[in-house]
Amino acid sequence: MKDRKEIAERLAASGYIADAELATAISLMHLLKRPLLLEGEAGVGKTEVAKALASVHATELIRLQCYEGLDQSAALYEWNYQRQLLSIQAHRGEDADRVEDHIFSEKYLLERPLLAAIRRDKPPVLLIDEIDRADDEFEAFLLELLSDFQVSIPELGTVKASAIPHVVLTSNGTRELSDALRRRCLYHYVDYPDVDREARIIMARVQGASASLALQVARLVESIRKEELRKVPGVAETLDWAAALVGLDVGNLHDAPEMVFETMMCLLKTHEDKARLSPEVAARLLGKVA
Amino acid sequence: MSCCGPVPSPDEMDELSRLVSARLAAFLRTLRDAGFAVGLAEGQDAATLMTGEYAARPGLLRSALKHLFSARKSDWEKFDGLFDAFWLGKRVRSRSMAAGSAGSADNPSLKSLQDAAERRAGNDATTDQIPSTDGSDSDRSGEGRMEGASRADNLTEVDFRKLADPEQVAQAHQAAADLSRIMRTRLTRRDLARRRGYRLDLRRTIHRNISHGGVPISLIRRQRKEKPLRLVVLLDASGSMSMYTGVFLRFIHGVLDEFREAEAFLFHTRLAHVSDAMKERDASRALDRLSVMAQGAGGGTRIGESLQTFNRWHAARVIHSRTCVMIVSDGYETGDAALLGREMAALARRCRRIVWLNPMAGWQGYAPEAAGIKAALPHVDLYAPANTLQSLSALEPYLARL
Repeated sequence: MKDRKEIAERLAASGYIADAELATAISLMHLLKRPLLLEGEAGVGKTEVAKALASVHATELIRLQCYEGLDQSAALYEWNYQRQLLSIQAHRGEDADRVEDHIFSEKYLLERPLLAAIRRDKPPVLLIDEIDRADDEFEAFLLELLSDFQVSIPELGTVKASAIPHVVLTSNGTRELSDALRRRCLYHYVDYPDVDREARIIMARVQGASASLALQVARLVESIRKEELRKVPGVAETLDWAAALVGLDVGNLHDAPEMVFETMMCLLKTHEDKARLSPEVAARLLGKVA
Repeated sequence: MSCCGPVPSPDEMDELSRLVSARLAAFLRTLRDAGFAVGLAEGQDAATLMTGEYAARPGLLRSALKHLFSARKSDWEKFDGLFDAFWLGKRVRSRSMAAGSAGSADNPSLKSLQDAAERRAGNDATTDQIPSTDGSDSDRSGEGRMEGASRADNLTEVDFRKLADPEQVAQAHQAAADLSRIMRTRLTRRDLARRRGYRLDLRRTIHRNISHGGVPISLIRRQRKEKPLRLVVLLDASGSMSMYTGVFLRFIHGVLDEFREAEAFLFHTRLAHVSDAMKERDASRALDRLSVMAQGAGGGTRIGESLQTFNRWHAARVIHSRTCVMIVSDGYETGDAALLGREMAALARRCRRIVWLNPMAGWQGYAPEAAGIKAALPHVDLYAPANTLQSLSALEPYLARL
């Protein structure tokens, strides 16, 4: 599947409204067999890209959430220690070498996301979420995995990928990633969507949102993003808010300015931001929205 | 896949692809000059793309190459301009002008800083209004001293302003670089000292105890790895600091070179991210690249505004929970002191420690009276003088403890 238009259509069908450049990026992923690195502010829908990609390919999504201190036993594989201990007890008195061979066999191996991703027959989408939260050591290890797609397990031997997974990495930029990893990946910067695209996203995701309401919400959110806030609302917040408005039967923002202000807690997540967006400011912003 | 894309048999096609690959090589050079990290593999992939359907439309090729060659947001943003300039012949506002050092005679380069220092040292008595740390410094820095270790000791006590001799300047810079090396090793050595683990390593324990029938008799533990501190230096490069800028720049150069994680910013009336320029291996070249940035645009120091820029655009990326922010400034704020206070509070929320180094604080009889300093001090964890190498060394134990 190389056609960009087809990719964009299939993404849209799965509920992700992509811009043209992202479709190019995905088609390049297939052509060049490189992972895709998505960067952008929190809440612009980076993770959603991977989910949509999985549904486009009708394949499994395997997700690895990174965090500081993530190590191989949580990311790659782990031995099932309880069963191993039981088995040792059961085989008590037998030859130690044979027991060892037995308990370090596939039967006692617990797959973690990375190993799972390379052992599937049908290439899954491997989402490595918030790679910037993992530490340098893990990043280096990941780099090796992403270039060879094979893993060596000392007790078992080398496991080679049966199919190369589609790898999507996301980063919030809380840490600078290594140049090597960046170079290995295709890069796509996910920005806040423009008004038109955000409105289409709302309509695709929020049931019962009319076109006019979606457009109003998108416009207002865009102007709120331009205010100096500590936490700029992302697309996820916009969707929450739109859902709240739809749930409260608000069809036009101008009809219910008070309701609009009260539901703004979906968008503003800190006390300071709430204080900054006083009713007056909110009214001014709302006034600008046609 | 050859490095020049597929090689068709007809001579014409061969000629064409040779031309394309030569052009592509030139484009890669342009990108590398613009700071892109582009390797051989990317070049090969680009050649593949250019022979395929992606070359049909310039816009499409641009988008495809953009994904391939960009590695970070800054690349992403400037790629379109570079592409258009190179392939479509459009003019592009040249952002790399500042990096070229030639032709700007009025740059306060390192050399001019030295010259200024020499002039200052010449008529020391008339220009110094504030008494210096102690009079004996100048005595000890006199001629006829022994060479070697004692001379180096001597140097560590001298106020930077009095370092006139270029050789001594170089030595001071060397000492600053050494110091940053000491800080780094201190931090990393702490990792090795902790050998006792606090978690069981079940996998190795089971391995070890198979012969005991699985009864875990001898335990194997794991220790958590300590990670180095990240240092972010914000250097005031305004006029009032000009006597110290050169030395601190060299210090920063050492810091960027030695710390595994470090970032550097300069500010006067605005903020500039200088880590990339400063990563130049040769220190004097790095300083040349900086000379334009170090030049105070207009007068005054807007610390508050610069910090605001920092908090807004850079903080999320360069600061994490183990970050120490080091601000080197005399605290003479010409902007709004209240803004400075607010931004310091925001910064303090994000990072682990804020160290404020004030060259003036080393002078006798100095009290932090400037409005800027007063607003900032409540949020500062360590406020220290830093006009001599010794005062910089005094920071080492503090940084190691973080």
